[in-house]
Amino acid sequence: MLERLPSMIDGLVPAASTYARDIDGLFTLIFVSVGIWFVASQVIFFWLIFRFRKREGVPAQYIAGEQKSEKKWITYPHLAVLVFDVVIVVAAVRVWYDVKQALPEPQQTVRVIGQQWAWTFVHPGPDRILDTPDDIAKVNELHLEVDTLYHYKLESKDVLHSFSVPVFRLKQDAIPGRVITGWFTPTRTGEWDIQCAEICGIGHGLMGARIHIETPAQHAAWIQQQTGQSPTPIVAAARPQAREE
Amino acid sequence: MAETVPSHGHEEAGHHEEGWVRKYLFSTDHKIIAMQYMFTGLFMGLIGGFFAYVFRMQLAFPGIEVPLFGVVSPNEYNALITNHGAIMIFWVAMPVLLAAFGNYLIPLMLGCDDMVFPRLNRLSYQVFLLSVVVLLISFFVPGGGFAGAWTMYPPLSSIGAYSLTPLGSTLFVLAVALEFVAFLMGGINFVTTAMNSRAPGMKMYDIPIVVWMIVIASILFMASVGPLIAGAIMLLFDQNLGTAFFDPQRGGDPVLWQHLFWFFGHPEVYVVLLPTLGIVAEIITVFARKKLFAYRTILYTVFATGVLSFTVWAHHQFVAGIDPRMAHVFTVTTLLISIPIAEMMFVYIATLYGGSITLNTPMLWALAFIAEFLIGGVTGIFLGASGEDIYMHDTYFVLAHFHYTFFPITIIGFYAGISYWFPKMFGRMMNDRLGKIHFWGTIIPFNLIFIPLFVLGLAGQHRRIYDFTNYPDLAAYQPVRVLATSALLVMLGFQVVFLYNFIASLIRGEKAPKNPWQANTLEWTADSPPPHGNWKELPTVYRGPYEYSVPGRKSDYWPQNEPA
Repeated sequence: MLERLPSMIDGLVPAASTYARDIDGLFTLIFVSVGIWFVASQVIFFWLIFRFRKREGVPAQYIAGEQKSEKKWITYPHLAVLVFDVVIVVAAVRVWYDVKQALPEPQQTVRVIGQQWAWTFVHPGPDRILDTPDDIAKVNELHLEVDTLYHYKLESKDVLHSFSVPVFRLKQDAIPGRVITGWFTPTRTGEWDIQCAEICGIGHGLMGARIHIETPAQHAAWIQQQTGQSPTPIVAAARPQAREE
Repeated sequence: MAETVPSHGHEEAGHHEEGWVRKYLFSTDHKIIAMQYMFTGLFMGLIGGFFAYVFRMQLAFPGIEVPLFGVVSPNEYNALITNHGAIMIFWVAMPVLLAAFGNYLIPLMLGCDDMVFPRLNRLSYQVFLLSVVVLLISFFVPGGGFAGAWTMYPPLSSIGAYSLTPLGSTLFVLAVALEFVAFLMGGINFVTTAMNSRAPGMKMYDIPIVVWMIVIASILFMASVGPLIAGAIMLLFDQNLGTAFFDPQRGGDPVLWQHLFWFFGHPEVYVVLLPTLGIVAEIITVFARKKLFAYRTILYTVFATGVLSFTVWAHHQFVAGIDPRMAHVFTVTTLLISIPIAEMMFVYIATLYGGSITLNTPMLWALAFIAEFLIGGVTGIFLGASGEDIYMHDTYFVLAHFHYTFFPITIIGFYAGISYWFPKMFGRMMNDRLGKIHFWGTIIPFNLIFIPLFVLGLAGQHRRIYDFTNYPDLAAYQPVRVLATSALLVMLGFQVVFLYNFIASLIRGEKAPKNPWQANTLEWTADSPPPHGNWKELPTVYRGPYEYSVPGRKSDYWPQNEPA
């Protein structure tokens, strides 16, 4: 449902994964929810400053704010804030569950390795299986096939890094000593930035990479060019199902 | 309950004339210690501000020779942002808001002659000064200052081969640990003084809100800092003694540090927020001539905030590799904490209703705090919502959000407090006209710096990157960075107005009467400035601090010490 809300981020960074539109929709939902409160508070605030500016012969009123009839001006808004909070929590938790907790079955798996100060991306080779001799390792270049459900295995060789793909709205820290698994499904072709989002030393500012999302034909050609072999197609049956609502 | 024995901290100092060194450097007088904290904090603020100027110049004009600094190398850039953050929080916000205002106001507002433990108070400042010296030395050791962000995440901070600043890292952690020790001592003093040394007749609900806030902030600090001091010692051991608490290759866990850090780090936000909320409460009641709306409700919301603030820390770590199921819990607690804070804002706004509002300099700052902090508050909701934080985490949206909280807290809070209590502290009035020029010259550029940074954050721009033109998708936003930097230059320029006003008013400002604002709280019944020992005869309290515009009285204020 969230993905049907208009996106305020799309104009700045395109949305190129299945869950990117959900995160954009969640942003819009929060923006509207807190926006109402923000604007209301500021309008009342400035109106009060204007309305009760000092005027000769008009003394201030004596209001302790301890009686129920006075306190309701605080109590009702604050209960209403609680309602808005619940709505936001429900939406946020759903998006989080989808992106970070649920782990749908992959069609392909890539390995992402952070180190001072570059990304190494290990792609499955023509056999389409990771950790076989025909894997394709590239530095600072990630090549993906559009509309394919990928798992990533995120590792770090030294310090903390963070694998951040703005067009996917995805971010995950890489921790030395751990392999963290997550997923994404690219939804549109193009080439964009990957950044390291966790400070990792002198070269942190240079630890950028590019993501290349390709059509099946382009991707097959790329594998062919890298290895000299033409890849087997990704099994059609393993294509991602339409996402349940 | 409020029976008090006059405290006797300055017996050894006596009331005879003292030498300059004894009076100003080794004083046990709470007011002098407050000034020591304040001027040290302001000095550090100049350094932190200068750092911001240097790295903002680098971001707007990558590679240029920054005037007064030179070309910024990548590691210098990292060291500048690291120390800017650490200085502004640990060496500006804490000493100025908590220690300076706390030390100055607590005895004066409670009606006693000094802190309960004056010598502990002096020791607290001396340890703090030592932490400043250690930090300043760290900038000049081989390799330069620490450059791994103020959050000091290991293994970058723990292993010299990764950070390339082995000495700087150690000194940085040591300085932070010393600073914590100093504030532990100060905190004990604040809490004990407020509990034991109130003027006769001052009940718990007669304590001015700012004192309550500083006391609760001290309790929060003391309750949260323990794990981090332990963590800092562990980090020092990892750096220098070959232990492996945070080294995964030898069985440690780097994420442990993040828990220790943020378990302190989030309550810390409220440690600095509360004093400013208190300052704002004092100022809006005086200049709206209004009783504070729902005094007890404010106290309860502060207690609630304090308790909740211990349960939200992992919202800083949503994407840091914690168990994804944990994120749900921390999203709920984080959004819950918005409720007491929102309620407090509502109470402040409600206090204005029915007032008689004078817009002089202190009042402008206090009102600006409310208006600006609301932006900081509502933008926090985006980040507390786990699903949204996946995208927002570590972007400029986060950066803009916390500057919309910390700038109002630290900078606006300080200017509000100093312009309000300046007559009491120094016995002279500040120039209101210059004060207003300084106010607008600070507030307008402040918004022009950080609103554009929200947009950059939405565009996916990450923090702590020294040259964004290396990123094809981000390079196009360079004009926005130039705008933010230009606004910063304007804002820094306007601080000269404050400096001039401060010094000129010190020298030839109009002499301040005892109670220039016609306020109720006890500090205004002492001389301006109060002498050592504060009062010849300690005051007695007959009522709460916010009895303004009481019906049937001729004057619209009713000092706490005036017999009925």
